[in-house]
Parts: sequence; structure tokens; C-alpha cells
Amino acid sequence: MSDRLSVFKTYKLYVGGKFPRSESGRVYEVTDSKGSWLANAPQSSRKDARDAVVAARKAFGGWAGATAYNRGQILYRVAEMLEGRKAQFVREVADAEGLSKSKAAEQVDATIDRWVWYAGWTDKIAQVVGGGNPVAGPFFNLSSPEPTGVVAVLAPQDSSFLGLVSVVAPVIATGNTAVVVASEKSPLPALSLGEVLATSDLPGGVVNVLSGRTAEIATPLAAHQDVNAIDLAGADDVLAKELEIAAADNLKRVLRPQPVDEVDWSADPGIDRMTGFLETKTVWHPTGSLGASGSSY
Amino acid sequence: MASVFEYAPAPESRAVVDIAPSYGLFIDGEFVEAAEGKVFKTVSPATEEVLAEIAQAGEADVDRAVKAAHKAFEKWSALPGAERAKYLFRIARIIQERSRELAVLETLDNGKPIKETRDADLPLVAAHFFYYAGWADKLDHAGYGANPRPLGVAGQVIPWNFPLLMLAWKIAPALATGNTVVLKPAETTPLSALFFADICRQAGLPKGVVNILPGYGDAGAAVVAHPDVNKVAFTGSTAVGKEIARTVAGTRKKVTLELGGKGANIVFDDAPIDQAVEGIVNGIFFNQGQVCCAGSRLLVQESIQDELLDSLKRRLSTLRLGDPLDKNTDIGAINSEEQLTRITSLVEQGEAEGAERWSPACELPESGYWFAPTLFTNVTQAHTVARDEIFGPVLSVLTFRTPDEAVAKANNTPYGLSAGIWTEKGSRILAVANKLRAGVVWSNTFNKFDPTSPFGGYKESGFGREGGRHGLEAYLDV
Repeated sequence: MSDRLSVFKTYKLYVGGKFPRSESGRVYEVTDSKGSWLANAPQSSRKDARDAVVAARKAFGGWAGATAYNRGQILYRVAEMLEGRKAQFVREVADAEGLSKSKAAEQVDATIDRWVWYAGWTDKIAQVVGGGNPVAGPFFNLSSPEPTGVVAVLAPQDSSFLGLVSVVAPVIATGNTAVVVASEKSPLPALSLGEVLATSDLPGGVVNVLSGRTAEIATPLAAHQDVNAIDLAGADDVLAKELEIAAADNLKRVLRPQPVDEVDWSADPGIDRMTGFLETKTVWHPTGSLGASGSSY
Repeated sequence: MASVFEYAPAPESRAVVDIAPSYGLFIDGEFVEAAEGKVFKTVSPATEEVLAEIAQAGEADVDRAVKAAHKAFEKWSALPGAERAKYLFRIARIIQERSRELAVLETLDNGKPIKETRDADLPLVAAHFFYYAGWADKLDHAGYGANPRPLGVAGQVIPWNFPLLMLAWKIAPALATGNTVVLKPAETTPLSALFFADICRQAGLPKGVVNILPGYGDAGAAVVAHPDVNKVAFTGSTAVGKEIARTVAGTRKKVTLELGGKGANIVFDDAPIDQAVEGIVNGIFFNQGQVCCAGSRLLVQESIQDELLDSLKRRLSTLRLGDPLDKNTDIGAINSEEQLTRITSLVEQGEAEGAERWSPACELPESGYWFAPTLFTNVTQAHTVARDEIFGPVLSVLTFRTPDEAVAKANNTPYGLSAGIWTEKGSRILAVANKLRAGVVWSNTFNKFDPTSPFGGYKESGFGREGGRHGLEAYLDV
């Protein structure tokens, strides 16, 4: 029996719940750590970035308005789906990052566990960072966190899967929607994650994944007037500064990249990546007072 | 409308405050002249009387103040929290003791009615210091992990609309968390910050912990850009806020911005009309409308428009505009000639674009900067007066038919600071509040503030929160 010829996968973008090619028709060559060809990935254009923002905006109301419990179940479902496709991701991460199979498996395990961690956060973060305020007057006063909106996420360049999920999951756990720019040299795990998200009950447009040249895609996102925030994890210092300047034009919330020597994606994530893309809304209402005369308006 | 009852003048005494002919910069615990020897005058906007001559900070002075703050940081941040707390409690108490003096001073320098400085600004200033004083030794329990560290030198630039209150919002949390401060007050209202410097002296605050640099925008820009400033806090216009965001790009400076707004005050057909009218008046005429969270767009349900506007116009006709020191004054002076020019030009533009302008019969004093309370009706969302922050006593009235339309119109702005909802239906309040993209929502009330209550905007109204536990984060390395 002769060796069977394998079927290659055409890697495609994930935008608005669909899997389009780049509208530009461009692809670029993705290689493993030794330089061998792995696949041709879509090389997204400015137009792809804008389309992804439209999809993310369209999805925002529904996702932000979903119950926190529902968001938690969907994030947990992502972990379930990943668990079943672990072998594929171990292979992709090993190829992308030049890791042994066992090291890559550790990364994938940690990534799945990260989805579980954030699945549990969706209905707890509001109690941790919000609450009633004891104002000096007859008012009920409550502060609650709300998602910032559409967040552009530049995924880390080196950690193609654990790093990716470590920046995407906290953004969507709280009800934001995301336009994710995958690692430039290692985009395949991110593009495959799109396939997992599409089968995890995550509404289309909540996460949109673009591959290509980080600077080319990130520049229009940072300047986009309908993007509310940007996570610069995957930008180098020079690009990060340029993007932060562009982001000032509509006062995007900016999460700056961590200094290289402080990055450790396997560490306890804390809650900073959630709170960085949350707004605090404070609502006042008179309490009135029973049995007292006069109006408390 | 002729008034049935005439009011006799009821002026608050100026004798309670002693304004020196000139003031220096407050650096490292001393009042000093500016390095370049420049000075500027601060005037009473109600009379154009010169109140004092003030040293004008330049770049060299900023550098000197930042050095002083940097030097003071080591000891101040190492003090036990309980000791920092006691300094802040002292400051809060001295402010309470001197509150009448400071209220009169603020009214003179800013032009706002004494009724407001006495009953709103000063009580809130003291309360803010008292509140954050209590946090200084409890930071381990604030939810930012154990032993959260301060950032270093906080560079703070504040506006002229609530001079001392904005100082309190900036300085109290900064000091409680162990930072030191370089603060630039606005050029038209430097006096209360300089009196605060004297309060720091009375409280025995260590030298260099608080530095006050009166000056213009160039001094503010130098504070923001100084490499040894670790934290930037700004309250002011969205345009300047964006410039600051560009300046700090690529640095590790932590930034909070509290910027402009175009707040919607939404009145539903079941609202208690009289209370709503009071809330609308408070929302846009408090402090002559020079309030970032003002309810400058009135969204009224179509079916009650006539009734509400009749009632509102009747109420506006009873407002008393004039001497800010008079205890019966409701509307004081506009803070500066520049601001008056801006308000005037935006209002003229509103008329030119076809909105219908109305003001009650209202005599304006001959000297000083004044603008009559003004309503615009027949306003569409495309009108400049419905889009731009006027920062004056000017209310634009728009209508809606359904709650969805009200929400869509309220959110149709790049700003997102405040909003108001007036209805007797609880579930509607909660549903609408939930959909509004604004940092503060007042339901059946407006313009309420409290040190425990986080304040700050969505979208282009800025980021970060001031007040409450949330306000600590801006000054901690977390």
C-alpha cells in the first residue's frame, strides 16, 4: 500500500462568523521554526480590518447584553471543543514555536485551562469590581462594570496560542467584542482557533481573527473611529508608540505591551486584562424615606 | 414678568477673606517667584476687578517643582499609611474650619454663586479629603493586592469650573496612596489652590509633597511631558485630553482623563414634571452650565413637550442672575471673557442654523462676563448646539417618541460622561440606564456628587475614575 497523500488545509480568516479569504486576494508563506513551508496564510488588508470592525460592532450589543452566565457557558464550551481537537493544536503550536511535542502539549493544556479560568470569571467580575457606594444622602448609588466595546487585540508574536488566548479570552469574557491580529509569523493556531470558536456557540463577530502583517492591519485599527480600545501586546516599542498616538484621536483605551523581560504567559493572569477593557457606570436614584415628610427628589 | 416680591440685597461679606496683592509659586514648601519673573493677573469675572498678581510658572519652574516632588516622594511614600491619613484628616478639618473664607474666595475668583461654593463646592472638598484620608492605611484591603505601591510624582492639571473641588479630587487620592504632587490650577482661577498651599503649611505637610504651579497651558504641557512625572491626571477639554494622550504615548506614565460631555437629560411622559424641571435647571444652569457633566441636551417625550417647556420657561423666569456674592443669586458670572466669547459664538451659530432661541427677561450687569440662561427649541441632532459642548447656560431641547429613540439619541455623541432619566417607572429607569453609554446616570435627580461615588466617562469623555475605591487605582502601580 502506497503512502497516502495528505489533504492540506486552506487557512482562512474568521470574520463575522464566516471564513473569508482576504479581500485583497493576498497570501503569505508561513514556515515552521526551521523555515520549512507550513501553509499560505491570508495577508489581510485595511479593508479586511474595517470589515472585521463592522462585524465586531454588529455583534457587540447582543454579546454585551447576554447574561454573564451564558457567556460563561460559551467560554467553557470553547474549552470543551479545544480539548477534543488537542492533537491538532499540539502539532500546530509545536511547528509554530519549534517546541517538542510534550512542551507544545503543555502550552495547549494551559491554553484550554485559561478558557476555563475566564469562563468562571464572567459572572463574578461585576461583584469584584462593582458595588454599592455609601453616599452621604438619600440615594441608592450603584457602580457596575460594563464592556468598553470593540477591542482591537494584537496577539503576542511569540506565544502563538497560550499568549493569544491569554489576551482574547479576558476581552470577550466581560462582553466586549474583538478584532484579533494573529501573530505575524505564527498565525496558524489563531486561524484554527476560529474554527473552534465557530463551533462553540459563540455568536459570529464576537471574535474576528485576521492574519497578515501586524503593522499593516493594526494601523487602520488604531485609527478607526469605531474601535473603542486596543491591546498592544503584539506590537514592538516603535509600533506601539505610533499606534498609541493614533489611538488618541478618539481616546481609545490602550493597554500597552509589557516589557519583554516581564512577559510570562503561564503566570496567574490576574484580572488586569479584564479591567483594562471595562468602564464603570454609576447610577444614582433617590431612596425616598418612609414616614418622613417632604420630597427627596 | 414683574416680580411680586422684590429681593433686598443679601451679600456675603468679603471681609472673611484676605487676598494678598501678589502670590508666588508654591514649590518645596515655599512661595517663590517664577524663574523667568513672569506674572499674570487674576480678575473677578463678576466685576473685572483685579484680585491679585500671580507668578506664572514656566518650564524651569515645572522642573524645579518636579524635582522637589521627586525628592519628597521617598519619605512620603515610606510613611506608615496611618500617618499619611492623619495629615489628610488634618487638611480636611482645616478646610472645614476655613470653609466660609474659601467659599467667598472661590466665588470671587470664579464668579459662581456663593450659594454653590458654600453649599456644594466646599462641603464636597472637605468630604473628599476626609474620605481618602481613611483609605491611606487600608490600601491592602482595597482589592488591588497586598501592599500596592504608589507611582511616584503625579502631575495634575485642573480646570477653572470647580477649582478647589477639582484640586481635592486630584490631590486627596494621590497623597493617600503615597504619591507626591505637582498641580497646575487654571490661569483664571489660581487663588484657591494657593490658599490650599497655606492649608498644607498649617497642616504641617512635609515640604515638596504638594507643589502648586499657577500658569497657562504651556506650564500644563510641561508638567505632562516631564520625564520624571510618573502619573498624569487631567480634567479639562477633550481636545487637550487627546493632546495629552499623544504626549504620553510610548512612555510608562499612567494617565487618567476627565474630559468634556454633552449629557442627555431624558424626560418620559410619566415623569413628575415639577421635579423634572428642577432637575433640568440644576442640570444645565448649576455653575452657569460650566460643568463637564451638565445635562445640556434635554430629550423630552413628544407628548409632554409643551407642558414641560411651559413649566421650564416659567421656572427660568424666576432665576436670579447677578452678584455672585449675593446669597439669593442663582446664576453667577461666566468665568472669563474667553469663555463668554465661546458661548456667544456657539449660540449665534445655533440661531444661524435655525434653532429657536429663548431667554427669560434678564438684566445683565454692565461690567463682568454674563450670559442669560438660554433655551434652544426646534433643535435637531445635526445642529452644532446639539453636538458641541458649549460649557455655558445653554440648553438644547430635542424630542423623542419611544424609549429606544431616546436611547439612540442620547448615545449619539462622541462623549459619554453623564445622563439623566426622569420617569416614575422603575423598570424603565433600569432598562434605559443599562443602555446609556455614560459613566454617570442620574435617575430622577441630577448633578449629585459624593466622594464615595466613582465619576468619569465613556468614549471621548476620557478614562479612569475619580472617587470611591475605584479612584485609588489611578494612583497605584496596579
